[in-house]
Amino acid sequence: MRVLHLLINGDRVTVAAPEHWTLLEVLRYELGLTGSKQGCDKGDCGACTVLVDGKPVLACLTLAALCEERAVTTIEGLLPAHVKSGGSGPDPVQAAFDECGALQCGFCQPGMMLSARALLDRNACPTRTEIQDALAGNLCRCTGYTQIVEAVELAVAKHCGVAPRRPGSARPRGRSRPPPRRA
Amino acid sequence: MAARDQHGIGAPWGDAAAGDPANRAFQVVGKPHRKIDGLAKATGRAQYADDLVLPGMLHAKTLRSPHAHAMIVAIDASKAKALPGVHAVITGADLPIKYGVIPWTQDEHALALDKVRFIGDEVAAVAAIDEDTANAALKLIRVEYEPLHAFLDPRESLARPEPKIHEESKTGNVSKHVDLAFGDVDAALASAEVVVEGDYVFHGTTHAAIEPHCAVAQFSAEGRLTVWSSTQITHYVHRALAKVLELPIQKIRVVQPALGGAFGGKSDPFSLEFCVAKLAMFTGRPVKMLYTREEVFYCHRGRHPMKLRYRTAASKDGKIDAVDAKILIDGGSYSSFGLVTTYYSGQLLTGPYHFPTYRFDSTRVFTNKPPCGPKRGHGSVQPRFAFEVQLDELAEKLALDPIELRRRNFQGDFTRTVNGQRITSNGFLACLDEVERASGWRARRAKLGRGRGLGVAGSMYISGTNYPVYPNKMPQAGIQLAVERSGRVTVFTGSNDIGQGSNSMVAYVVAEELGMDVADIRVVAADTDLVPVDLGAYSSRVTFMVGNATIDAARKLRTQIAGAVAKEWQIDAARVRMGNGKVFDLDSTERCITTAEAFQIAEARCDTLGATGSYNTPTLGGDYRGGTIGASPAYSFTAHVVEASVDVETGRITCHKVWIAHDCGRALNPMLVAGQMEGSAYMGIAEALLEDHGVNRFGLHAGPSLLDYRIPTSVDTPELRR
Repeated sequence: MRVLHLLINGDRVTVAAPEHWTLLEVLRYELGLTGSKQGCDKGDCGACTVLVDGKPVLACLTLAALCEERAVTTIEGLLPAHVKSGGSGPDPVQAAFDECGALQCGFCQPGMMLSARALLDRNACPTRTEIQDALAGNLCRCTGYTQIVEAVELAVAKHCGVAPRRPGSARPRGRSRPPPRRA
Repeated sequence: MAARDQHGIGAPWGDAAAGDPANRAFQVVGKPHRKIDGLAKATGRAQYADDLVLPGMLHAKTLRSPHAHAMIVAIDASKAKALPGVHAVITGADLPIKYGVIPWTQDEHALALDKVRFIGDEVAAVAAIDEDTANAALKLIRVEYEPLHAFLDPRESLARPEPKIHEESKTGNVSKHVDLAFGDVDAALASAEVVVEGDYVFHGTTHAAIEPHCAVAQFSAEGRLTVWSSTQITHYVHRALAKVLELPIQKIRVVQPALGGAFGGKSDPFSLEFCVAKLAMFTGRPVKMLYTREEVFYCHRGRHPMKLRYRTAASKDGKIDAVDAKILIDGGSYSSFGLVTTYYSGQLLTGPYHFPTYRFDSTRVFTNKPPCGPKRGHGSVQPRFAFEVQLDELAEKLALDPIELRRRNFQGDFTRTVNGQRITSNGFLACLDEVERASGWRARRAKLGRGRGLGVAGSMYISGTNYPVYPNKMPQAGIQLAVERSGRVTVFTGSNDIGQGSNSMVAYVVAEELGMDVADIRVVAADTDLVPVDLGAYSSRVTFMVGNATIDAARKLRTQIAGAVAKEWQIDAARVRMGNGKVFDLDSTERCITTAEAFQIAEARCDTLGATGSYNTPTLGGDYRGGTIGASPAYSFTAHVVEASVDVETGRITCHKVWIAHDCGRALNPMLVAGQMEGSAYMGIAEALLEDHGVNRFGLHAGPSLLDYRIPTSVDTPELRR
């Protein structure tokens, strides 16, 4: 066992955990922060993505012991951080994912949203290609990624105060009218 | 006909009082509402099975077979049991009763009893204080195997009945054979002006939901068992647990927490659900088992590999005369839904095109590979791929535009298919028109240069199966509504929200019918102690069947409330309207109260308020053995155009863009429908270009990880336009 001094979502916490435990294990099993998901436990799916000093990392491949004295942000930390910085409610990325229907099963989304948050923190107005690249480490099996990319674009648009490149992306386009009905 | 046909007791748009049905103004339906659990998921608060932690909980692991096919001679678990921290070890002898989702083909054991049938077959399970101890214990279990010949090629299973993979089989290694003919196919083929024929292969694919399977069990001192499981069909798990554990079903509670994707891959009862239950009963402590990603690949139940041979006869103007199919299906090691898959491989092809005559001969065989089962578009994707390619070959032979050829063979609406299935409304032509227009088909087809082009395909699929997997006359979907005088309605539904948004859907329907705000609806779902039975999230049934059950319940409640308010106001009940969170007099709209006030009036006049509703299917299907399989109260239709290019030197195919059109009926929430359209197109592209659930020459999975099993990332996925 090893005593770890961690900085999780702005809180200093001290936990004892086996030396070999990953950050994901400590978050989920010791701290009850189950928002970070385990999809593969070998760094393939990205569902466990958290931010360490603002950069997205795979918590399932990161030893918890290497995170001491570094700022860890999990999905649970986004809303409180947004409120603390003067906003209200969820982080704009979270709100946009909800608004755009990007959340189907929701299992990959904590990691996906943290990857998006990290992107927007370093590049407030990314292009669609930059968004796709930033999310390439997060597998989603439900959505086909379209509504996810649209959600990030909506968050960007709201942040920059401009209309999304594809306006109304949160609303249905094209096939939105009721499908043809026959008497 | 049963009491309720496909639109419940009356379609919402058929409400005469609302005037012209086409102009009926919906308040909730048809709008891009957020999901009721969207923010819970966005903030990481949604609880999935692996997020559950119970006091004193043990962790369980499974020992799996290293042989593709072998007899179990002996198992010695004494050393594992003696390891400190180990609380129980179970083997097949502890769970000897067979199960299987289809009652007629139950051939699975939670843990192998006498033999193993694929690499990864479950042999023993351990419960220990933590995962590391459980894993250490697995290494101490000694299993003596006597290897048998392993069948890895379905053609060999067909040709060679011995050794049998399932001893009790009366048909060697054949799992199911279906041979059905409609009309004189041979005569049509003999007299046809054009015949195209070809062989096609569809490799296997798996679901790869990002959440691995997980189950947690607790056995109370009173003898009640609770299992939380990442299942998409709570009801069938409930029944299977009662059978295998020999417990009265009313003493078992099955709960589905938030589910991290399924796509059919969580439809079967799985070994882990029985194991955690048994281990919890043995130890008196809660037990959790979480499959590793590798185990998820081995437990599989994914898309069946098929070898398909098609012959299609047509006239010179492109009208189909006959379709003749012979299909060999690689079922893997167990039956799962295979009986249905075998029928579906033929029964679901008979639209959206008119077949004057049709014959299919489908054989599913057992092989010593991970068991196949239902995956999104169950049983229909493989034949659809082959037949749509065949249609393109026919178009080429006749120098016809592929879209035009498909139009000419449109089956029409309000008709019957050649195999006797009832088709109601059919928007396939509109779908074709839409993708033709959106893709610029006429201007661009065959003009994109060498190696780049456009392709089209059409399809149809069921909205639920007409008959449940175990025959009974009870409703397929039940709903209960409880009214709280504060103005809140709680919906109790047995349906499984697997990410598609079914819990949100029932909330939208109740909100629409009672004129309420969606935020005032609570949904309690998929907990067998609390909700009426629903057959679960499979065969694309939920929105149709559960939605109609919800309409049924909500209308009964509305009648009750409107009646009470009418009496209070001393007016005719037909004048009472509910909408926008208000209840008002249609003839005197200034007389208006809140929904909560109306609930209070009704509660005072009637009693504690509530309602139940249900949906059951009408009698449908062809009048022949198997004619009910593939029968559905409604079908959806779709057309896709894809723009793809091939590198003529390497053969690598890139899909650039997909145009998607669906006729799903009325989109209750177009935003969620769009998500389903894009998600299914993504999965189709992935299956066509990247994914391959193969095994090597020993039956070992070729790459049981999300790195080796290639699923598209955000940069691999083409632009999807709906």
